Amino acid sequence: MRSTPRQKIGWGIANVVVLVIAAVPVLWLVSLSFKDPSTLTDGSFYPKKWTFENYRGIFDQPLFTHALVNSIGIAIIATVLGVAFGAMAAYAVARLEFGGKQILIASALLIAMFPPIALVNPMFNLWRQIGLFDTWPGLIIPYMTFSLPLAIYTLSAFFREIPWDLERAAALDGATPLQAFRRVIVPLAAPGVFTTAILVFLYCWSDFVFAISLTSTNNARTVPAAIAFFTGASQFQQPTGSIAAAAVVITIPVAIVVLLFQRRIVAGLTAGAVKG
Amino acid sequence: MAEIVLDHVTKRFPDGALAVNDVNLTIADGEFVILVGPSGCGKSTTLNMIAGLEDISDGQLRIGGEVANDKTPRDRDIGMVFQNYALYPHMTVRENMAFSLKLAKENPEKIKERVDWAADILDLTAHLDRKPSQLSGGQRQRVAMGRVIVRTPNAFLMDEPLSNLDAKLRVQMRTEVSRLQKRLGTTTVYVTHDQVEAMTLGDRVAVMRGGEIQQVDRPEVLYETPINLFVAGCIGSPAMNFLAARAKGGVLQTPLGELKLPADRARGLDGGEREVIIGIRPEHFEDVSLVGDEKRDRGATVTAKIDLLESLGSDKFAYFTVQGERATAEHLQELAADAGTSDLGAAEEGVQVTARLDAGSQAAEDEELEIWIDLDKIHVFDPDSGENLTLADTARSNGSEAETTVQRAVPATAEDAERAEPEAKTE
Repeated sequence: MRSTPRQKIGWGIANVVVLVIAAVPVLWLVSLSFKDPSTLTDGSFYPKKWTFENYRGIFDQPLFTHALVNSIGIAIIATVLGVAFGAMAAYAVARLEFGGKQILIASALLIAMFPPIALVNPMFNLWRQIGLFDTWPGLIIPYMTFSLPLAIYTLSAFFREIPWDLERAAALDGATPLQAFRRVIVPLAAPGVFTTAILVFLYCWSDFVFAISLTSTNNARTVPAAIAFFTGASQFQQPTGSIAAAAVVITIPVAIVVLLFQRRIVAGLTAGAVKG
Repeated sequence: MAEIVLDHVTKRFPDGALAVNDVNLTIADGEFVILVGPSGCGKSTTLNMIAGLEDISDGQLRIGGEVANDKTPRDRDIGMVFQNYALYPHMTVRENMAFSLKLAKENPEKIKERVDWAADILDLTAHLDRKPSQLSGGQRQRVAMGRVIVRTPNAFLMDEPLSNLDAKLRVQMRTEVSRLQKRLGTTTVYVTHDQVEAMTLGDRVAVMRGGEIQQVDRPEVLYETPINLFVAGCIGSPAMNFLAARAKGGVLQTPLGELKLPADRARGLDGGEREVIIGIRPEHFEDVSLVGDEKRDRGATVTAKIDLLESLGSDKFAYFTVQGERATAEHLQELAADAGTSDLGAAEEGVQVTARLDAGSQAAEDEELEIWIDLDKIHVFDPDSGENLTLADTARSNGSEAETTVQRAVPATAEDAERAEPEAKTE
């Protein structure tokens, strides 16, 4: 259907409005991070006095540098594990008939709907008793748990898209089930796996509730939690500039990850397998 | 290459549904056997059981003399062409075809040689480096075939391989499949719901209904002597005409008038009066003016107004309506339901009959025509059991000839004969 000029203008305006709403806070944050403390509250969208002091400042603090290492490590490990387990579960959900399948799907959904804040108190006590408090595994475990439902749901949708006949064809070609999975299913599911990995990584990367509650030192504290501990140069000064700089810094890896993986999400990779 | 024997094979799904019931079929080494029937008749399930994609609930499957029930598809060494081709989309045509040989750890030169050979046979040489998504439907279909022939499996299984092609290509590929099978001489089981494919491709055709084989024989035998209404209605295009009639001895009261059966066709009917269904193939009608005197004497004539005339050049199809009840039987309803025609013509008065006339006929639409009926070719069926009454007698009188005609009465192997005999007595 061809749209009329009127429709084009209408959609154009709508797109601009959405873009502005989405972009302004981010640009504001970037602007703040480059502002000199004295002009911080001048209300100008553009920094009148440019400075890199905020960035230099946060990278001087062990609070932030440690947190950055923690964030990267914890998010990557939790993503790898979550996607690996999620892929196995999703494959079973999509392809196999087994007892309790509905219960598995329902409980995965239940976990996804469960408010994490309700679990923080009991976990705090439990983690302290079993020695997981303020450690990497102490954060990796809840991240994995809460991202699994997401992983299972998205991946099983992808696995369902792969025609089952491909596996049957592989079996008749003489492949063992493992060979069929490795040489036929995994290459075809790759776009789905990368998509899921992005979503899971974002969840782990931006979590605040668990990070603030289950850590107490630089040992395992991630960036979102560390930002809350930022202080100004003196007790009368707001750490606004540092917070803005930290926020910009932790957005960069995410942007890189998304861009990297997005290239792998080749739409229509399965096109041509079967008569469409 | 090997013989495939299905020995009392049964498939019961976990929910209790009986998909395949006690099927006996021996497919000789190098033979091309077609399984044909409406949707849900168990033909694909049977194929999947031979392939090893479905478990066999009961009975025995032997491939090349070895029991294969518990063998994995990998160990059965069987090639299969899927309805949707199931090509690996991330591999090129060459990789698709080489996949099975690679898994079998063949050396690379041998693999290249085999793939090039198969590509040459199937005219795929120019496309070897393309991905399936860059190919047309017909090319994909050929790749699916190529994937199967690169190695020399015990048997080829084909699950409606041509059903996704357009009509013209399908006819072309049909001859291609036939030629390929003859050239390679590999045992082939081919599943289809298209009776034209069934008639033209196979050495033998097995007609299935509700999980049971109705009749297995050469296509022409199925066509000329169908053992029941189902087989009669399933094989042949346009389909056989069925009309409700009353029989008394050899005399039939039909919507086409009173027809007196020749003595050898009436033997299956006893003297009593009973309801029957008569079946006449379209080509067993003819324009009277084109029938010789001698031939005319062994038939009957009926005058009818032609509703519609289709001239195909080689023949003319004349459609006319006769007053009377439409034939109703379970077998026919199943076929109509599968074809999606069960609700067609219900409101119409009378029954439509299709006649295939010689191209030289002067028949015209909306005009009366005297039509000759070949009484030697009429089939009379029992409406309840569907059994072909004209055949019942001939089958009995020359039993040796009907060796494979009545599938369940004639066991596949000597071993089966022993097992089947006591059963036959109790019946």
